[in-house]
Amino acid sequence: MLKRVHFGPSALPYLLVLPQILVTVIFFIWPASQALYQSLLVEDAFGLSSKFVWFENFEYLFEDPYYWGSFQRTFVFSFLVASLSMGSALLLAVMADRVVKGSGLYRTFLIWPYAVAPAAAGALWFFMFNPTLGILPYVLQFIGYDWNHKVNGTEAMALVIFAASWKQIAYNFLFFLAGLQSIPKSLIEAAAIDGAGPGRRFWTIVFPLLSPTTFFLLVINVVYAFFETFGIVDAITSGGPANSTQILVYKVYNDGFVGLDLGGSAAQSVILMGIVIGLTVIQFRFVEKKVSYND
Amino acid sequence: MIENRPFLTFMAHTVLILGVIVVAFPLWLTFVAASHDAVRMSELPLPIWPGTHFFENLDVVLNKGLWGGDGVGVSYMLVNSMIMALMIAFGKISISLLSAFAIVYFRFPFRMGFFWMIFITLMLPVEVRILPTFEVVANLGMLDTYWGLTVPLIASATATFMFRQVFLTIPDELLEAARIDGAGPIRFFIDILIPMSRTNIAALFVILFIYGWNQYLWPLLVTTDQDMYTIVMQIGRMLEAGESVPQWHLVMMTTLLSVLPPVAVVVFMQRLFVQGLTETEK
Amino acid sequence: MASVKLDNIQKTYPNGFKAIHGVDVDVQDGEFLVLVGPSGCGKSTLLRMIAGLETVTGGELEIGDKVVNDLEPSKRDIAMVFQNYALYPHMTVYNNMAYGLKIMGLSKSEIDERVKNAAGILELTDEQLTRKPRELSGGQRQRVAMGRAIVRKPSVFLFDEPLSNLDAKLRVQMRVEIKRLQESLGITSIYVTHDQVEAMTLGHRLMVLNSGVVEQLGTPIELYERPASLFVAEFIGSPAMNILDTKISEDGESVDIATNIGLALGNGGLPDYAGKKVKLGVRPEHLQLAEGSENSLPLTVTLVEHLGADTLVHGHFGEDETDMTVRRSGTLKTVPGDKLPISITRENIHLFDAETSRRIDL
Repeated sequence: MLKRVHFGPSALPYLLVLPQILVTVIFFIWPASQALYQSLLVEDAFGLSSKFVWFENFEYLFEDPYYWGSFQRTFVFSFLVASLSMGSALLLAVMADRVVKGSGLYRTFLIWPYAVAPAAAGALWFFMFNPTLGILPYVLQFIGYDWNHKVNGTEAMALVIFAASWKQIAYNFLFFLAGLQSIPKSLIEAAAIDGAGPGRRFWTIVFPLLSPTTFFLLVINVVYAFFETFGIVDAITSGGPANSTQILVYKVYNDGFVGLDLGGSAAQSVILMGIVIGLTVIQFRFVEKKVSYND
Repeated sequence: MIENRPFLTFMAHTVLILGVIVVAFPLWLTFVAASHDAVRMSELPLPIWPGTHFFENLDVVLNKGLWGGDGVGVSYMLVNSMIMALMIAFGKISISLLSAFAIVYFRFPFRMGFFWMIFITLMLPVEVRILPTFEVVANLGMLDTYWGLTVPLIASATATFMFRQVFLTIPDELLEAARIDGAGPIRFFIDILIPMSRTNIAALFVILFIYGWNQYLWPLLVTTDQDMYTIVMQIGRMLEAGESVPQWHLVMMTTLLSVLPPVAVVVFMQRLFVQGLTETEK
Repeated sequence: MASVKLDNIQKTYPNGFKAIHGVDVDVQDGEFLVLVGPSGCGKSTLLRMIAGLETVTGGELEIGDKVVNDLEPSKRDIAMVFQNYALYPHMTVYNNMAYGLKIMGLSKSEIDERVKNAAGILELTDEQLTRKPRELSGGQRQRVAMGRAIVRKPSVFLFDEPLSNLDAKLRVQMRVEIKRLQESLGITSIYVTHDQVEAMTLGHRLMVLNSGVVEQLGTPIELYERPASLFVAEFIGSPAMNILDTKISEDGESVDIATNIGLALGNGGLPDYAGKKVKLGVRPEHLQLAEGSENSLPLTVTLVEHLGADTLVHGHFGEDETDMTVRRSGTLKTVPGDKLPISITRENIHLFDAETSRRIDL
C-alpha cells in the first residue's frame, strides 16, 4: 500500500490531502453526523425549538405502515430491476460473445443508455407510455389493455422498473461481456471435445465461471436501484400514484423537503446509511481477494 | 466459436438486433417527436417516422423559450450543465490525484486515518445526506452558485482509489531513478506520475463528465435562481408543466439536447469510457 | 572519479530485521567491485544504501572523501542502472537521458552534447533517440539505461543486476561491453549480481555476501583458489565444488576420505584437528582419472552430460553413496553404471571447519 521508497518527511503530504479532506469533512462527515444527531431530535411545526427524543423517530418509522410499504417497494423494485437488467444484459453479452463479425458495432449501440441521465430516461419512457398520447398505450388498446400508470400503481411501478432496467443494461452488458471474454477459450474447447453442446457448455462451464462477475453486478445493481434512480421516479411518477412508487430515497427527499419532517427524514437517512454500509462491506468482502488494504 | 453452427450465429445476430432496437426505440421516438410540430404531436396515433420541423423546434428550444416563447431558451442551461460537469470532473480528478499521491508516496502520521476518512465517503452517497448537506451549503452561502453545485460532489473515494491503484502499479524503480536524477516530489508528480497516468485520467474524465452532467437531485435542491438551472433539471420541470400545456415536440427536443452530449462522449470515446468504467469498479 | 569507503555500514529495518551486519570496504578510484550472493543476502540493500535510496542506520559511508550518509541520491555524484532499466515510459530515449541534466540546470547545448556523446559511445542511432523505450529491444533499453548513467558524468556507477532481464546470448555480449566501457571511462563501479560468472568476469574484486555478512572480499582468483568459507567455496565455480564429510586421522597427519582411503596432509598436518570431523572440498575440474592407481575412489557413474568442450560425470562412491561430480575436458566415453577410478591430490583440496564452516589453512 506504500511504496518501498518514499519521499522524506515534510509538510507536503498534508497539503496534498488537504483539499480532499476538507471537502470530505465539510460535505460528507459533518452532514452525516448531523443526520445522526437530528435523527434523535423532534422539531416543532415552526422549526423554532427541538427536543431530544432518543430513538423515538426510529420507533415512529418502524410503526409507520407507509415506511414499511416504502421499504417493501424498494426491495421489490431493486430485485426486479437487477433481474430484468442483468438477465437481458447476460443474454445480449452471450450473443455478442458468440458473433465474430460486428460485435464492436453491437456494443456501441448497446452501451449508450449508460450516458442518459436518469431524469431523461424517465422522460423517454414517460413519453412512450403516456396514457393519452403514448405509442405503447395506443398499441395496447388494440389488444384490449387499458394502460394508465397515472392511476394504476402497479403499472406505474412497472414503468419505473422498465426505465431503470433499460438504463442499467449497458453497464451490465459491458461487464458480462468482459467476463465472458476472460474465460479461457481452451476451457470451452475442452468441454466441446468432451461432447458438451453450446447450451450445456453455458450452464456447466461459462455460467459458473461468470459467478464473480454476476455477484459483483448484483451488488452494483442493488446500489443503483436504491440510490441512483431518484431522477427516474421523480420524472415519471413523482412517487405516485398514492405513493405506489415511493422508494426509500424518494421518501427521504419528500419527507425532508416537502413534508419538512426533519427528524423523521434524518432517521430515514441514517437507516439508508446503514444499508449502504452493509452493501459496501459485502462488496469489499468480495473484492478484497483482488485488492489488499493492509498497510 | 467452437463449432460452426450457422443457425446459432443467425440466432445470435437476431437477438442482438432485437436488443439494439428495444434499447434504441425510446430515443428514436424522442427524435421523431422532436421533429414534428405541435399539431401533429397532439393527434393519435403519434408518428413513428421523423417530420420536418426539427430545426425549427431546435431554434425555439434553444433561443426562444418554451411556453409560447418568453424569449429565454435553454441554451444557457446547456452552458450551466457543461460548467457543472467540467468542474466536477476536473475537481474530482485534481483532489483525488493529489491525495492518492500523498497516500502512496509519503509516510506521515495519520496517513491511514486520512485513508479511512476518504474511504468513508464511499458509504455516504449524496442521496442519504441531502438535508444536512443542503444546510451546510446554505450556511456557507453557496446556494445558487457553481461552487455549491459542484464542490459537495467532488470528494470521491472511487477516484482516489483508482489513482492509488494506478500509482501502485508504477514500478518503484521509476521513483528511484527520478530521485537519482534529482527530481523532488513535485517534479516527480508533474513530470512522471501525471504523464504516466494520462490515459487513466482521460478514462476517468469521461465517466465523471457523464456523472456530473447527469446530476439531478442536487441541482434541484441548491438552485432556486433560474439562471443556475441545468438542462437535466429542466426535464423534470417540463414534464410537470407538460401535463397542462402539452408541447411534446419541445419537451422531447429538450430531452434530446440533454441526452446528446454525454451519449456523444460515450460513443466517440468508447475505449476510454470502457476503461474508465472497469477501472472505477471500486 | 572517486573512491567509496564503507565503514561498519549497517542496516536495521524499523521492524527490527537486520539486513546488513557491518560491512567494511575501500573501493579504490577506478575499481570495479562486484557484490555477489544469493537472493536475499543484502547485496541490493547495500547498493541502494550507497545510492541513497535506503537509509544507513549504522556506520559511515564516504564517497570521494565526503561523508554522504544523509545526502539525497542526486547529491552523491552517482548514477545507477536498474535491473528493469526504470526508463520513463512516456519520454523519448533522448529525454530519458536528458531528464536528470535538465534538473541539474545544464544548458541545452551542454545537454545535447552529452546525450549525443553517450549515444555515440553506446552506438545508439539518432533515430533511436527519438523513440519511446517500449519501441526498443531489451538490449537497446539496457544501453539507454547505461546512457542515462553516463551522461551524468558521475564519480561512481552503481549497477543493480543490470543484465538479469536479458537472454543468455545478449547477456554475454552486454557483459563484455560493460567491462570495456568501465575500463575506458575509468569510473569507479559497484555492481550487484547473483550470477557468479558475471561476478568473476567483471570484477576487479568481489564481495561475497551471505545474510548480510561479508563472507569474503578478494580478487576472483583469490576467491576461486582460496575460498574463505564453505559458503564461498560452494558459491564460486560451476559446477559447484564437491563437499565431502571427512575426518582428520588420529595422528593429525592425514585426512580420511573414505574407508581405507586417506590423503597425507604433509606440512606437519593438522594436530589441532586430530580425530575431528572436517569438510573437504574439491572442484570437479580438479579430480583426476587414476587408471590402476591403488589410492583411488571407485565412482559409480549415474549421469553423463556432454557439453562438447567438457564432459560432466555425476556419480557416487562409498557405502553412504556420497555424490560427486567430475569435470573433464574433451569427450569422456562412459555410461551410467560404469565404475571410474578417481583420485584426489593434496594440492587441490580445501578443508573447512565442520562447525564454523571457515577455511582451515594447511
